[in-house]
Amino acid sequence: MSSCPVGAGSRDKRDDDIGSVGLKEEPQVAQFLLDFTIFGFDVCPWPWLAYTIAGFVHVVLILNLVAVSALVFIWLERKISGRIQDRLGPTRVGGKFGWLQTLADGLKLLTKEDLRPEGSDGMLFRVAPYVSFCASIAAFIAIPFAGGEYPWIAQHLNTGVFFVLAVMGLEVFGVILAGYASASKWSLFGAMREAAQVVTYEVPLGMCVVVPVLLSGSLDMVVIGDRQAGLFTNWLVFHDPFTFITFWVYFTCAMASVNRAPFDLAEAESELVAGFHTEYSGLRWSFFFMAEYGSMFAVSILASILFLGGWHGPFPITEWLGLTAENGAVLGYLGQLLGLGNVLLKGTIGVCVMIWVRWTLPRLRIDQVMAVCLKYCTPIAAAMFLGATFWHYSLPGKNFFGLLNKPAATYEVSEGWQNQASQPETEEHLAISTPLTKLGGQ
Amino acid sequence: MQEIYWPSVFFLLFSGISCAFAVGVLLSQNIVRMAFYLVLSLAATSGLFFLAGADFVGAMQLMIYVGGTLVLLIFGVMLTSQERFIEMHTWAGDWVKAFLAGGALLFILVSAAFSVPAWQSMDRAEAEAVVASKTVTPLGMGLLGVRVDKPEEPDAARRDGMAGYLFQFEIVSVHLLVVLIGAAYLARAKRKRDLPAVQSDGSQ
Repeated sequence: MSSCPVGAGSRDKRDDDIGSVGLKEEPQVAQFLLDFTIFGFDVCPWPWLAYTIAGFVHVVLILNLVAVSALVFIWLERKISGRIQDRLGPTRVGGKFGWLQTLADGLKLLTKEDLRPEGSDGMLFRVAPYVSFCASIAAFIAIPFAGGEYPWIAQHLNTGVFFVLAVMGLEVFGVILAGYASASKWSLFGAMREAAQVVTYEVPLGMCVVVPVLLSGSLDMVVIGDRQAGLFTNWLVFHDPFTFITFWVYFTCAMASVNRAPFDLAEAESELVAGFHTEYSGLRWSFFFMAEYGSMFAVSILASILFLGGWHGPFPITEWLGLTAENGAVLGYLGQLLGLGNVLLKGTIGVCVMIWVRWTLPRLRIDQVMAVCLKYCTPIAAAMFLGATFWHYSLPGKNFFGLLNKPAATYEVSEGWQNQASQPETEEHLAISTPLTKLGGQ
Repeated sequence: MQEIYWPSVFFLLFSGISCAFAVGVLLSQNIVRMAFYLVLSLAATSGLFFLAGADFVGAMQLMIYVGGTLVLLIFGVMLTSQERFIEMHTWAGDWVKAFLAGGALLFILVSAAFSVPAWQSMDRAEAEAVVASKTVTPLGMGLLGVRVDKPEEPDAARRDGMAGYLFQFEIVSVHLLVVLIGAAYLARAKRKRDLPAVQSDGSQ
């Protein structure tokens, strides 16, 4: 898009201006001075500095999102588990609801001694928590928080879903390195279980993710989210019976891939002391937990974007109130803010469901975990994929279990074969210049 | 700072990381550390792909190569947890052979890379004029049998020859399926034999 492909800034209008107008026509600095403006003010005369600042803004936002959400989720986990077990949970720190409990825990962790076992592999032992944490955070680079013409996304990738899945699969590296480097058999057992589990569950997870990609015709998460605009009947989870089941299979596999109970065999307290983080203490230990809560949030947000409409609420309130980009920048910004709230709310609900499941179901055995994946989730996901394909093929314009028609705004023909069939056989036809512009998504 | 071409800087950064960790793989003697360095090297390579605007190939690199090294790492841990395998030592003769083979390959690749005129670096104004296009749709269409990147071929007969990679794609898919079934067959549970009693883990 821009001439400088490493630009860390979001893909908004300013990037396009630099790419198309910037240095090409007038290689002086003056053009950049004119181009880099927000609301008519010069933001920065040096594009490298602007890109750096934009990158830092994104990094700070994402880091804080993960860290603050981990604070909130740990508190939520304690409160919800307390209620499930008929107790109150934390009540003392920070008033009646104990909402500062996590902060107190963080202070406690900061003051703990950073231990390292004598026989451990020092470098890998120190690096492992950061590997997990980085992988968990890196997934948020390509996750959009609001869509539309100028999506709120750190880096608008054409292959967003694929990138997020690939990066989230890397979190297991930190766990395995931790298990190996700890030089403890409990850690190693936990790490090996985690490796087997994560590698196995990537298969049905990928199959489930393919279904929304198929239905919306794009790997771009902004496009997938925007195809579900309007009423909740447009959400892909209600598209047909197959996607409805796919959603639950996805959620199960996501829970397993982020290593949550009842699939938390890597840290099975009753068997393996604490699994892969047995030997860790203090801040390094807390990095593992931030990574866990971060990736729980990431898979929940992914579920909300793929199946539950993403930044579109159950009712199109932003459209009713006119909070769209056509009515001006400020109203559009407010609409995007509502969209952000939608995404975060849906992600939080997903995390709460995970917490609910964790404190309700007992832990599975490792062979049961493998059987759930290979004997149930994978065949179900494959069958749902085929079913969704046939449904989409036979009822292409239908929505909401085939009962309603898709709205014209979100329903575009996105398959190459349909597009070609509607066109005359010309020389441009093979060129597929139309599919590139039309079905490339967005 | 205006004169610095930042894509080049990032190219040097990523390629430097990649090469440095590749050397780390060579020099390290602990097999798990080797695998870890390999992961970092391959991840930096995927950074190069993202830098070149090839999102799909970059994500593919992350998923297949970096994720595949994961399995290597696991086997490294599982198979070499005995004391004598943890540190690997290379014989001097192996070094010589490896340098001969690797050096020959490096020579061929470098000479090939610099001899193709289309691969010569362009000047800066030209490079900045390049608009990165989206790669997923052309790749997907190509695998389905439509080459979207070769539309300008005037000869209809030759255009048929550019009909994409459907055949190759199918061959590779069937091949992979065969490998998968074979692996599942080899790893299946043998029902006839009685399994030996499982030793409890705590008794070691």
